[in-house]
Amino acid sequence: MKFFNNAWNWFEDRTGLMGALWPIMTHAVPKNSASWFYVFGSATMFAFLLQIATGVTLAFMYVPSAGEAYQSLEFITNQTHFGRIVRGLHNWGASAMILLVGIHMIRVYLTASYKFPREMNWITGVVLLSLTIIMAFSGQVVRWDQTAVWSMIVASEQAGRIPFIGQWVAQFLIGGETIGGATLSRMFAYHVFIVPALLIIFLVFHLYLVIKNGISEFPKAGEPVDPKTYREKYEASVKRDGVPFWPVAAWRDMVFGFIVITTILLIAIIIGPPDLGAPPNPSNIDALPVPDWYFIFYFAFLALMPPPMETVLMVFGPLLVGLLLFALPFISNRGERSPLRRPWAVAMVALTIGSISGLWAIGISSPWSPHFDAKPLTVEIIGTDSGPVYRGGEHFNDKGCLYCHTISGHGGLRGPNLTYIGDRLSANELTWRIMNGGLNMPGFGGTLTNDELSDLVSFLKSRKHVNPQPSSSGGD
Amino acid sequence: MSEKTKTSEECSRRQFFTHISITLGSLAALMVGIPIVGSVLAPIVNKPKPIWRPVGELRSFTLDEYVKVNFVDASPLPWAGITAETAAWVRRSKNDELTVFSVNCAHLGCPVRWVSGAKLFMCPCHGGVYYSDGTVAAGPPPRGLYSYPVRIKDGQVEIKTSPIPITTVL
Ligand code: FES
Repeated sequence: MKFFNNAWNWFEDRTGLMGALWPIMTHAVPKNSASWFYVFGSATMFAFLLQIATGVTLAFMYVPSAGEAYQSLEFITNQTHFGRIVRGLHNWGASAMILLVGIHMIRVYLTASYKFPREMNWITGVVLLSLTIIMAFSGQVVRWDQTAVWSMIVASEQAGRIPFIGQWVAQFLIGGETIGGATLSRMFAYHVFIVPALLIIFLVFHLYLVIKNGISEFPKAGEPVDPKTYREKYEASVKRDGVPFWPVAAWRDMVFGFIVITTILLIAIIIGPPDLGAPPNPSNIDALPVPDWYFIFYFAFLALMPPPMETVLMVFGPLLVGLLLFALPFISNRGERSPLRRPWAVAMVALTIGSISGLWAIGISSPWSPHFDAKPLTVEIIGTDSGPVYRGGEHFNDKGCLYCHTISGHGGLRGPNLTYIGDRLSANELTWRIMNGGLNMPGFGGTLTNDELSDLVSFLKSRKHVNPQPSSSGGD
Repeated sequence: MSEKTKTSEECSRRQFFTHISITLGSLAALMVGIPIVGSVLAPIVNKPKPIWRPVGELRSFTLDEYVKVNFVDASPLPWAGITAETAAWVRRSKNDELTVFSVNCAHLGCPVRWVSGAKLFMCPCHGGVYYSDGTVAAGPPPRGLYSYPVRIKDGQVEIKTSPIPITTVL
């Protein structure tokens, strides 16, 4: 025992580490900041540490080669002892990090902790948020399956819409003119070296600022921030009734962090990593590159943008959001911090969460995607096995109608449901629609023969409620 | 010599040290920066020479029907594996006229499929649809499908390897 004591004393004497760090660990923080509202930043950091640990572990087994990465992922998942769990941890850790960074940001925004003197805390936080998003995307690409390849193309095409330099940026991302050997190596360098290095640098900067400016006190309505007096007041209040960060504030961080890490581990064990898709073959077109859940809202956004404005929205939308986030602490760096006195801030958060969830819900069902694997209409649904109605039903199956229109539960969601279309449109109207198309429907005038068309119309005309109201059947 | 001149001498000495340190540091960074940035940007500048890839016997293509063909990019890296593959839609019509479209949707590059019954190309991603001549039929694509150069050589259909088409503005 004495030996260890001596050794420790020697170490501390020569390094002075404890002497330097202990005061920081135990510095006084506002009493009311030791709260369950303040645990999300540290939890994001814990998730990040988990990502570093599991990421490095995966690098022990992963081969960053366009031709072999897929096999190495299969190997990690199926043939190593804990590889499946480690991949699961890395995947769900990423989900957790995205979720927590979002919650942390909402908390900081709602309590207006970005106001004087913590403007730079917010700005470094916005940088960390962007880096986290880049990590999430590049992580999906280095999971080098077919979805990854096509996601890479879709992302590059978005970059391609940047005015003037789009083509260069796109080819810079792909690492050439086509997907190939260079693409994965480059994404790997981003995902494993460049972005993590930046994340660590900005995380240290962010933490330094938290200590330099002090943890913000939980806001009280009627105590506005005045840059002239804020620092004095803060210091005085911390001196008066502050508590040492370690362990009085930190124990909550540890408890919540423990819950987060345990949850990720449980999910990694029970659900495991996401399934690898088909191999990364750009000539295999049987692909629908839907991103991981946290990007689905953006996927939906891309699909729902009005086409004439899409370039502007795609390029300048994210830019504008970024700029607004950067500008926020300069737009308002003083005044009330309490959410009770900032109804607009609360409304903004509600609006953002609402629209993201809305887009997310739509993105899940992706009604704009044709359902190539829709089950064909059966004879029972068509209602007969001969005659024009039957032939029309078969055309409905064969001519692609089914991919976009649903009848009696079979088919896609892009166009209107046609289960009872016979009640709504006359034969003439149906013919006209099919021939000329409409809003988002191609015209089939050039592809259908007259017989096919009239069969199809007979079939659609027969799609009525079983007992139609006498008044609802038009004379045609 | 007065105290004053000594200080100003000392001052300019310090200034000199500051300048020389910053200059040398920047110069070193600049020098090694050239090969570093150059390597990273190389793929934008280095364009592989396009080559003609045979994709099948002309006679083997069904008349008036799009068929997907696979071929290998121009000079793929040895470790590219299956990622060196690319696909295109080829149609032979009367008089052996050939139409070749990129499989990449002109909207955001997703793979379009030829739906033979409907005589349409359909994109799974955001519902882009094209007629059989490649023009937009519905959905968000801002322009028609991209076509690839094609030729017939010794009864073989050959496609010229091309970059992934990037829809740009301006
Ligand atoms: S990529 Fe084809 S519709 Fe968007």
